[in-house]
Amino acid sequence: MTIVLNGEPADLAPDATVADVVTSLGHDPSLPGVAVAIDGVVVRRVDWPRTPLADGAVVEVLTAVQGGC
Amino acid sequence: MADDPFRIAGVELTSRLIMGTGGAPSHEALHEALVASGTQLTTVALRRLDPTAGGSVLDVIRDAGIRVLPNTAGCYTATEAVALARMAREALETDWIKLEVIGDDRTLFPDPVELLDAAETLVDDGFVVLPYCGDDPIIARRLEQIGCAAVMPLGSPIGSGAGIRNPYNLRIIVEQALVPIILDAGIGTASHAALAMELGCDGVLCASAITRAQSPARMARAIAGAVEAGRLARLAGPIPERLYADASSPDYGRPDLT
Repeated sequence: MTIVLNGEPADLAPDATVADVVTSLGHDPSLPGVAVAIDGVVVRRVDWPRTPLADGAVVEVLTAVQGGC
Repeated sequence: MADDPFRIAGVELTSRLIMGTGGAPSHEALHEALVASGTQLTTVALRRLDPTAGGSVLDVIRDAGIRVLPNTAGCYTATEAVALARMAREALETDWIKLEVIGDDRTLFPDPVELLDAAETLVDDGFVVLPYCGDDPIIARRLEQIGCAAVMPLGSPIGSGAGIRNPYNLRIIVEQALVPIILDAGIGTASHAALAMELGCDGVLCASAITRAQSPARMARAIAGAVEAGRLARLAGPIPERLYADASSPDYGRPDLT
């Protein structure tokens, strides 16, 4: 299965969940500080382990950086 | 000041300076400036998670014991800004959002139509919305009417350091407001912040002027002092400006020394 992860194609196992994707980016999915949207819709952190990904999904994984005026 | 509380959405802040974290040369410099500023609220942006990035700005903010205010910087439409605000709420576990919907990448002026649209959606969704807007009193009033917790007009373009370009509009915005007015953009140095407060703003948001100064921590102290001085001057009731002199020494009892 291939998704678009933060703008780049990424190959995943067929049963991969949102939690797996977050882990692959080096973030512990049980901790706050990161948000995920699939096709522009936010997925709540509690739902990450049980949310599967579909082939072709556009996934954005964001965190806080320095910013503001 | 204990007798002059500053509250946003019922939350009392001891400093009227809100610091933005953008532009700091390092996390160490940012930490030093945040502490020196005395701020209790600081902004962050949301961007793609980079597994190679070292350290998190959130750790710096947590270490400094400051409340985090995510922004929607970089959004050009209400749709984008609403989605990013919802991601910020999820990532940072706060309902507060500094709403920015930009209309032009050269001026970074806000798009008032998209801004109002996004603000309305987010207020309905339970967010505490702090919108960055132009210095237009009508937009400021509309944002207040739809339920924004504060209104944040610009002084001049973001990062320009040009100070307050339209003090007259700002005075009108302040005079009609029932929610806090926080000057958001354009501060370049301490006197700009003092002027904002003297004009009646309830607070000042400042990032580049501090983080891009040669000595960020020193500038943080300067601007914090200016915010406090400007607020005191406003409360103290300055004398009216006049064209001609008005002697303060008595006219009577002058000796004849001719």
